[in-house]
Amino acid sequence: MNKPTASPPTKIPSRDIKTIVNAGLARRHAAERRFRWYGLIAITLGLTFVVLMFANIIGKGYPAFWQTYIQVPVTFDAAVIDPQGNRDPQAIETADYAALVRAGMRQLFPNVQGRLELRALYGLVSSDAAHELQDRVLQNPALIGASQEVWLLASASVDTLVKGNIDRALDESERPIKDNQLEWVDKLQAAGKIEKQFNTILFTSGDSREPEQAGIRGALMGSFFTLLVTFLLSFPIGVATAVYLEEFAPKNRWTDLIEVNINNLAAVPSIVFGLLGLAVFINFFGLPRSAPLVGGLVLSLMTLPVIIIAGRAALTSVPPSIREAALGMGASKLQMVGHHVLPLAMPGMLTGSIIGMARALGESAPLLMIGMVAFIVDVPKGFMDPSTVLPVQIYLWSDLPERAFVERTSAAIMVLLAFMILMNGLAILLRKRFERRW
Amino acid sequence: MSTTAIETKVALDQALDLNTAPRKQSSVEVTDYDNRQTVGKITVDNPKMTCRGVNVYYGEKHAIKNVGLDIGANEVIAFIGPSGCGKSTFLRCLNRMNDTIPICRVTGQLRLDHDDIYDKSIDVVQLRARVGMVFQKPNPFPKSIYENVAYGPRIHGMVNTKAELDDLVRESLERAGLIKEVEKRMDEPGTSLSGGQQQRLCIARAIAVNPEVILMDEPCSALDPIATAKIEELIDELRENYTIIIVTHSMQQAARVSQRTAYFHLGDLIEVGETDQIFTNPKHKLTEDYITGRFG
Amino acid sequence: MQSFLLLTLLLLSIGGYYMGRKRAFAVAGGHIRNLHSLPSFYGSYTALWCGLPALIVFALWATLQPSVIIDLVVAGMPPELRNLPPDRLNLIVNDLKNLVGGNIVSSTPDPAMLEAANHYRNLRVIGNASLWVVVMTLAIGGIAHAWRTISPTLRARNRVEKIVNLFLIFSSTVAIFTTLGIVLSVVFESILFFRQVPITEFLFGLHWSPQTALRADQVGSSGAFGAVPLFAGTLLISGIAMLVAVPIGLMSALYLSEYATPKFRAVAKPALEILAGIPTVVYGFFAALTVAPLIRELGAALGLHVASESALAAGLVMGIMIIPFVSSLSDDVINAVPQAMRDGSYALGATKSETITRVLLPAALPGIVGSILLAVSRAIGETMIVVMAAGLSANLTANPLAAVTTVTVQIVTLLTGDQEFDSPKTLAAFALGLVLFVVTLILNIIALRVVRKYREQYE
Repeated sequence: MNKPTASPPTKIPSRDIKTIVNAGLARRHAAERRFRWYGLIAITLGLTFVVLMFANIIGKGYPAFWQTYIQVPVTFDAAVIDPQGNRDPQAIETADYAALVRAGMRQLFPNVQGRLELRALYGLVSSDAAHELQDRVLQNPALIGASQEVWLLASASVDTLVKGNIDRALDESERPIKDNQLEWVDKLQAAGKIEKQFNTILFTSGDSREPEQAGIRGALMGSFFTLLVTFLLSFPIGVATAVYLEEFAPKNRWTDLIEVNINNLAAVPSIVFGLLGLAVFINFFGLPRSAPLVGGLVLSLMTLPVIIIAGRAALTSVPPSIREAALGMGASKLQMVGHHVLPLAMPGMLTGSIIGMARALGESAPLLMIGMVAFIVDVPKGFMDPSTVLPVQIYLWSDLPERAFVERTSAAIMVLLAFMILMNGLAILLRKRFERRW
Repeated sequence: MSTTAIETKVALDQALDLNTAPRKQSSVEVTDYDNRQTVGKITVDNPKMTCRGVNVYYGEKHAIKNVGLDIGANEVIAFIGPSGCGKSTFLRCLNRMNDTIPICRVTGQLRLDHDDIYDKSIDVVQLRARVGMVFQKPNPFPKSIYENVAYGPRIHGMVNTKAELDDLVRESLERAGLIKEVEKRMDEPGTSLSGGQQQRLCIARAIAVNPEVILMDEPCSALDPIATAKIEELIDELRENYTIIIVTHSMQQAARVSQRTAYFHLGDLIEVGETDQIFTNPKHKLTEDYITGRFG
Repeated sequence: MQSFLLLTLLLLSIGGYYMGRKRAFAVAGGHIRNLHSLPSFYGSYTALWCGLPALIVFALWATLQPSVIIDLVVAGMPPELRNLPPDRLNLIVNDLKNLVGGNIVSSTPDPAMLEAANHYRNLRVIGNASLWVVVMTLAIGGIAHAWRTISPTLRARNRVEKIVNLFLIFSSTVAIFTTLGIVLSVVFESILFFRQVPITEFLFGLHWSPQTALRADQVGSSGAFGAVPLFAGTLLISGIAMLVAVPIGLMSALYLSEYATPKFRAVAKPALEILAGIPTVVYGFFAALTVAPLIRELGAALGLHVASESALAAGLVMGIMIIPFVSSLSDDVINAVPQAMRDGSYALGATKSETITRVLLPAALPGIVGSILLAVSRAIGETMIVVMAAGLSANLTANPLAAVTTVTVQIVTLLTGDQEFDSPKTLAAFALGLVLFVVTLILNIIALRVVRKYREQYE
């Protein structure tokens, strides 16, 4: 039964396979290692980009969370604030507080003479300092006549200098801060009259031309109103569409058309939605430009496909046995969906919606089309107020050359990213918490 | 039939004992066979592969338990047994296909001629060139028929010229009994063939590398009876040049194509012997139960 | 004001729900068995009668009121204002709105304007008051109607379900209407544009300078609308992006699916996908403020002249953005190749890289091509990165170090800022939008088809 090994026939290589393979092994293993390295390099590159971008933005942005203040001795001179002496609120409100700031600055540096010199000196504090004093007096009229050491907001160039972002070796004409100002700042620093405090302005005020007074509050509120509209429109409509297509729709051409439509809408460039918003909502329906309502409308049309697709996936994952059980108990089809299928699919739908909302939060291109790109100082208070959103604010600021704005842009990006991480984290949490295997 | 190997006497005695002992239960309870040692002769005179004390674990699961078996040169040996008995797992150890499963762990000694195939010095690429494999479902690459067969020789650098390669491909297809059917359509995709032809293409692909051993994992389970008959015929012809190990679900097939048969049960090699003997006169109760169709 | 009305309406509807339920109990004599439907359906029935008609009237009223008031105010203006040409009239209406809104108006308002503003305010007050009255009447009338019709035999469930069904059907058509809206708005404006600029000039013209001058005697007053430089610029930047994204994305996907340990994969895959979640404006910022200067300095060090808004910078960063897109799509595609293919190759003694390059990639090729097409369509439609990092001047060049502009950049430039709506400059943006829409649509349809075919092959 055990025959001797027959010699392999004619053409098949007579050489032993072992030696043939051995001959090429070293080369092949080298190729294998190279290929593996390419893969590793590719993925390392990808991950490096992630790290680089975050490092770059955080590195640029974190100083924006602190802002430089100068301690100035301010005399709330009654002659300036309330010349009539009758404490007329109107008069107090319109008084020349800038004069108080100027006086305070002169008091710090009594030796400064000459118009140009003095102007340079006054330039150390922000123009917002006068408002600060006004607020204080309005809140506490008893201050009139008193003297106080007040921390006043420094100008953006002083702030940049204190944060070490101005090269002192540059020629005077090439830096935003002059030699004499440099000298004063040094003196103030030596005297402990310059301090960095947490930058509340960034979170409490709207946009401004002056970097030290610019904040993201307006953009945040704009984003909030816009997203609220987006959610209120796209979530119910998206869920209803998903339910209709999965549970009720007859299989016919119309349904197919809707499905094809949804899939294609998901891939239409966002800017095209902006064109739609401009042509339909603004020109045809005459809705106001720059309004969160219009922004929300546009973004909800963009978000709908995401929610519908996620919703349908969530619905298909509910096993048919549950539907049969409900129908078998005599529930109507709507009751079956409302009582059983929808609650089970809801976590999945919410997850998809949150991801869709996160995307809408980061979207800016279509909003440029509908005028949400204007310079708006006031914080919006409703759906019709002109406003901008956080990503567009980032876009607007990124165009401004001042170092202080670069810093604030990065800080705004950090806030935006924080929100996105929060939303995506919530979605992941929701999925983990309610994930069910049938 | 001369024999120089160790008879697993103890096991044999035990098994015979069991076989003759009055049965306490009417149905076969697997737990009745706690100490299952192989019945029959696990060795051959002229071994191509020798396995001793082979254990395979999938994570916590002990899939193959202390199996020892010789596979002779130029023989066809069939592995049979109920599903999940470990016959495929054991087969996949023989060319280290289990390496692709991360949680799989193999211990024991497996030799191909004199090389320990799990030794560090053995290159799995070379091993697999020497031990070819044909799978349950025909899996031609999504390439032309020609390219399917040429794949192995190309990657191993077995030929130097296009003419050599052409010859080799034709030769392999001829041996796989496929040449007449595909001669005119070498450039069509391999997937355009029928199931039986695809499986023969896979066999041609395997023998193009000129392996020493061919492993076949239920090669006919996805095929109709006529295609199956052709493959079985082919296996018989291939025996002349190769050692063939075939896992099969069909006892008839094992009876038709193999000289020896090994019966696996829940990770144990229960019985091994001449195919005739196994099917006509099984020595182990479990084998008998399986052969007679009491389970499986 | 209006949100307060909506809130009131909501409260009324909730009240209606409870009233309807109570009424149902009452007419059933306290025995639910006597009712056709569950009491809650009678409640919903009442709430719908209360809320729905009122809401519809409210929506119509709110959309129509502003334009009606404007018409009335204009009609009430002195004739010398009323008979101004439309664009001047528009300006006046804008001023008027600003005046009413309490914003600062450029010039001191003249008495006629002040009067018109007063008229406007009065009309608005009247309008809002009548809206209140109408909506409230409808809401309460609805409740009353429901109250009267509720009887044990009223098929409340069927009626409520019918409304819900209608809502579901209506929702599902929103997608259709969106597409229709996109197509109509883009096509309509494009036709207006092509009446002024021949379509052949737009599609094949080599010169793009949409700045129409204000006065006819200015230089270059005509404006040129040859979009080829824009298409070329778009292709150049997208091409650079794909050169970055395809190798990195594909190799990452291959590494993650074929080589990486499950642990590494579990960490690296989501980490890489972070890139997909970063808003594009952030990429734009990164491109404009970090990458572009870096490339310029690098070029200067090598003695090359690099434009400060080079196509290379925008393309590189866009490529980074697309990496996760390519990698996750390719990952799906590669994982769809059956394990049997890999086994077949390994069993012949192929190494991993041989299996990947000779079996997996050819097998997955259609799917990978599909996903690359999807990525290309993404790149072509990407806006913020190019708006922030690419140039504005339409240069017809293949030099990646030069500044080029793209279709999306031009759309944004043409449409931001105040524009009269029928100048060719504005309309050109819609024509560009049409091209963008059609091209991405075709790419997507092809890609989805290829991918689906590929999936079917292995199912």
